[in-house]
Order: sequence, then C-alpha cells, then structure tokens
Amino acid sequence: MSALRLACVALALAAQVALAQPQPDVAFEARLKRLEGDLRCLVCQNQTLADSNAPLAEDLRREVRALAVAGKSDDEIRAFLVARYGDFVLYRPPVKGTTWLLWFGPFALLLLGAGVWFGVVRRRRHAPDVAPVHDADAAARARALIDDPPT
Amino acid sequence: MTEAIARPRRPWIIWGPLVGFAILVAFLFVGLYRDPREVPSPLVDRPAPAFSLATLHAPQKVVSTGDFAGQVWLLNVWASWCVSCRVEHPLLMELAKANVVPIVGLDYKDKNPEALAWLEQHGNPYSLSVVDADGRAGIDWGVYGVPETFVVDKGGVIRYKHIGPVTAEALQQTILPLVQKLKGS
Repeated sequence: MSALRLACVALALAAQVALAQPQPDVAFEARLKRLEGDLRCLVCQNQTLADSNAPLAEDLRREVRALAVAGKSDDEIRAFLVARYGDFVLYRPPVKGTTWLLWFGPFALLLLGAGVWFGVVRRRRHAPDVAPVHDADAAARARALIDDPPT
Repeated sequence: MTEAIARPRRPWIIWGPLVGFAILVAFLFVGLYRDPREVPSPLVDRPAPAFSLATLHAPQKVVSTGDFAGQVWLLNVWASWCVSCRVEHPLLMELAKANVVPIVGLDYKDKNPEALAWLEQHGNPYSLSVVDADGRAGIDWGVYGVPETFVVDKGGVIRYKHIGPVTAEALQQTILPLVQKLKGS
C-alpha cells in the first residue's frame, strides 16, 4: 500500500517537473528558431542557419543561443553576425544607400510601366476609333455593308 | 485622319526595352564570372579582432593580436582536416622561405596532435600557429571557408582578405604588392 502511495507521489512530482520545465523554454526556442530562420548559413549559402547542418552553422547557432541567453536582443544578435560576415548573413537586406535600387527598383519599374501604359491609353483615346481607309472603293463597299447588312 | 498613322512612332518605345535588355545582359554576363562563394568581408579596413590563444607548439604560451603590433603580418586560417589547405601549402612554404612577411597560422577547429603531425609531414611555413579549437576566434574573424588569408598592417588593421586557397596569381599580383606597400608606410 505504501509502495503504491510512494509511486503515486513520485508520478505526481515527475508530472509537475515535466509540465513546469518547458513552459518558459518554448517561447525562447521559438524566438531562436525564428531568428535562425532569418540568417544565412555562409557555407551552404541557400540554407538558413536553422536548416543547415554545416559545422559553421552549428557553431553560429551555439553563438546565437549564448548571446540570447546573455540577454541580447534580436537586433544585437543580428548586428553581431553582420559585423563579422556582412549583410550577406541577413536574408532580409537592410534598407541603405547600396540597397535602394534593390528595395525601390521594382516600384520604380512599376511606376515607369504605369506611366507608359497611361501615355499609350491617352494617345489611343485621342486617335480615331475607326482605322482610316485609303481605298475609296473599299470605303464605298464598307459603307454599303453598314447601310445594308447582308442577312 | 491619316496623319495619326503616318506619324513616326516615338523612338524610345523601341530603344527603351532594348537598352534595358542590354543592361540586364551586361549584369548577367558579369555575374557569370563572379564567385558567389566570395562574400566581401566587412572586416577589411577594420581593426583585426583581438584573440588570445595558446600556440600550437607550446600550449602554455599565449599569443594575442597585440603582440604583432608594429609589423605587417599575414593570418592564415588552416586545419589538418582541410583538403584545399594542401593546395596552397607549397606557396606558403615558398613565401616563408623568402622571409618577406611573417605568416601566423590560425589552426581552426583542429586537434593538436593531428595538426602537429600535418605540419611535420608537409612542412611548417608559420612563424607560429595559434590554436582555435572551438572556432570562436574564427567567428570573430568572419571565417567561413578554410583556408582564408588576411593581411594585417602595422596598426593592426585588416587590409585584405583572401578566401580559399592562395593562388600564385593572387600572391604575386595582390598580396605581395600590398605587403610591400604597407611595410613602406
């Protein structure tokens, strides 16, 4: 009987420990995962730090974790990596002088396209609806067809 | 009525897209001959990241970046497990023999006995090698592909970074002229 009670107490304690432990960690792990998903692995360049199995990626994940544990913000961690590896580690390039074309180029092209489209449409509106016909004979036949359409 | 058709079309309608296409082709063509693995380092023209590491041959002796102040030196990141380090090794041996510039080795994520055996087998071009067993100093130096070679000036500022094995061409045309220039300044 007392052995059963002991087992129950042990089980309850274990459950308590198991339930209590991961709760603060989940948010932290999710934050790390999100952060690592935004950082590029330099060895296999088209993978994120989170996805890569390269030894350097492991080291950098360890470094990111250590910085996060030390209370550094996401921006501070990103700055740490950019200082060493350049903007290339960021999957989201920062907006600055050298990246203006990258960020705003597509919008400039869109505006340019809209301008061309607008110009063309306006010109079409001013142009006559009916294509001018040079051949007097053909014009007469067309006129006849409009006036007396064949049934 | 007819002049609307007869009017010549605006030339930019034809030339605009053509010029745009030519620019695109020019960019793609240049891109063909560029190595995407060569990521420009933000550390060039910045003070060399400080390290204090044990030397490979005398583990009780610690060397730090400040010890090289006042001279031009090369930092060559290598490891016994690094296959392409063997490619550049004969060049480094030659350079060491010429005694132009001290080469400091950063033994990156290596095991000491294996590193020592490697130098025994292939020759040791390094004035000294420091041991970066966990790769922490490598991260500070922005190392991502061994071998890498840095040129550091008298004031401890990184002036050049070469990624991958040093080639005879890079050595003759870039690294050595830069070393001579930095030594003169």
